[in-house]
Amino acid sequence: MSEIVIDNITKIFGEGGAKPFTAIKDVDFHVKDREFISVVGPSGCGKTTLMRMVAGLETVSRGEIRVAGKPVKGPGPDRAVVFQQFALFPWKTVRENIVFGMRSKGASKAERDKAVHHYLTLMKMEGTEDKYPHQLSGGMQQRVAIARSYATDPGVLLMDEPFGALDAQTRTIMQEELVRVSKDNPRTVMFITHSVEEAVYLADRVVVMGRNPGHIREVIDVAQTRQAEKWSEEPIDDVMEKSSFTHLRGQVWRLLREQMGDDM
Amino acid sequence: MKRRIPLLAYSIASLVLFFGGWQAVVSAGLVSSFVLPSPIDVIDRTITMMIRPFAGALLWEHALSSIGRFLGGFGLAAAIGIPLGLMMGRFRLLEDIVTPLFEGYRYVAPLAWVPFAALWFGTGIGGAIMVIFTGAFAPCVINAYRGARLVDRHLIEAAQTHGASELRIGWEVLLPGALPSIVAGLRISAGLGWQSLIGAELIVVSSGIGYVMIQGQSNLSPETVVTSMLVIGLVGLAIDFGLRAAETAVRRKWEGQ
Repeated sequence: MSEIVIDNITKIFGEGGAKPFTAIKDVDFHVKDREFISVVGPSGCGKTTLMRMVAGLETVSRGEIRVAGKPVKGPGPDRAVVFQQFALFPWKTVRENIVFGMRSKGASKAERDKAVHHYLTLMKMEGTEDKYPHQLSGGMQQRVAIARSYATDPGVLLMDEPFGALDAQTRTIMQEELVRVSKDNPRTVMFITHSVEEAVYLADRVVVMGRNPGHIREVIDVAQTRQAEKWSEEPIDDVMEKSSFTHLRGQVWRLLREQMGDDM
Repeated sequence: MKRRIPLLAYSIASLVLFFGGWQAVVSAGLVSSFVLPSPIDVIDRTITMMIRPFAGALLWEHALSSIGRFLGGFGLAAAIGIPLGLMMGRFRLLEDIVTPLFEGYRYVAPLAWVPFAALWFGTGIGGAIMVIFTGAFAPCVINAYRGARLVDRHLIEAAQTHGASELRIGWEVLLPGALPSIVAGLRISAGLGWQSLIGAELIVVSSGIGYVMIQGQSNLSPETVVTSMLVIGLVGLAIDFGLRAAETAVRRKWEGQ
């Protein structure tokens, strides 16, 4: 049971220094086990900082984050991160990259081979095990990074704008793939993005954040609509034309626009 | 490829001109062969030293004992310097602790350690290794440190969030990430180490090329001194050539990525 409990946290950078900066204030939120949530918000709303705190890559100034009941003290393989920059090890092959996290957990050679085969098949990348990352396209590299995180078998998957560096077509394909992969391998996912469409298309719930300082503005439920309208059975372009989708997208957009208005 | 041939011709011409001029100056009696031995004298001396022991051993045995000491000191410098540099790049606290001591040490010339080397190790192999170590250590540390600092932060974070221990981060992320910088550092380090070795051998040991040189001087045999210089130069060149090849190989492999 890998639920994420974000228990009333505040993040202040440079606390005690001359210019402390409050990035996030009083954020309180629970992600249920195997729930897919996406976090959207304008630049500087602290969404990446929030994810980094869950990952244990950033400390919390006040409050506490608990994953599967245990307070987060630092990074660990129970919370694998997929980065926007892919962050594959350039000197390791696709195979070595995929098993990196498995080796931390002491997986046997047989288990590792099985996982490499499984995930490369799942990602439609058979035959690339001995290639190096630079020999692959951006989309392929990000698939490997996603496979590396899934193979580590974390309770929680954290994704920091994973498709942000990809071109529009690749991005669309990857969004569909992620829906397909996460349907068969449900995990608790926290997905950070700039894209409202992406947030609504992928998530069970969309967390809309605001800034100055970063806070949660509203949480929008998508899961019910998705199931009722069977989004995951149709191509992404068709889904995006459905009125159920455009309605939710409009709702998120309005919240973001109000937020922009606050600053002007 | 066409362009290479004339360039090589210039190089050969310059060597021929240099050695020819050198031989001519001595043959013409412009300087006494006692002050400057001619190239032919030197070649003659080199051949003699290869077949007849001088200062207790044949020329190549002296060269080997120098190379052995060099590898000892250089290897030790790399074995301690590279991990230290990587750790300094990873842990700010260690960097703050080591930096003042390190900055103090690195501006002390390797030869300034010779008196201590002699005091602590006498004429044993330890003294020479210590002097080479002091020459070779700094570039190992500095380049490993710089290389580690330049490793993409996301790679380290990816390793952390996939459960890697600090040891594994060092071995599988920082070391390969810093490798181009480390190999460049090793080349500088080998040059400095080899130069300090000769200095050390002039003083603290009783074999090796530096020792041959000092014996040549006291036996009033300038051609022995020039032969030694030649060997020092050639071995140094070979070391640099090997490390340059390693550097190119690493760079080619890494920059393709």
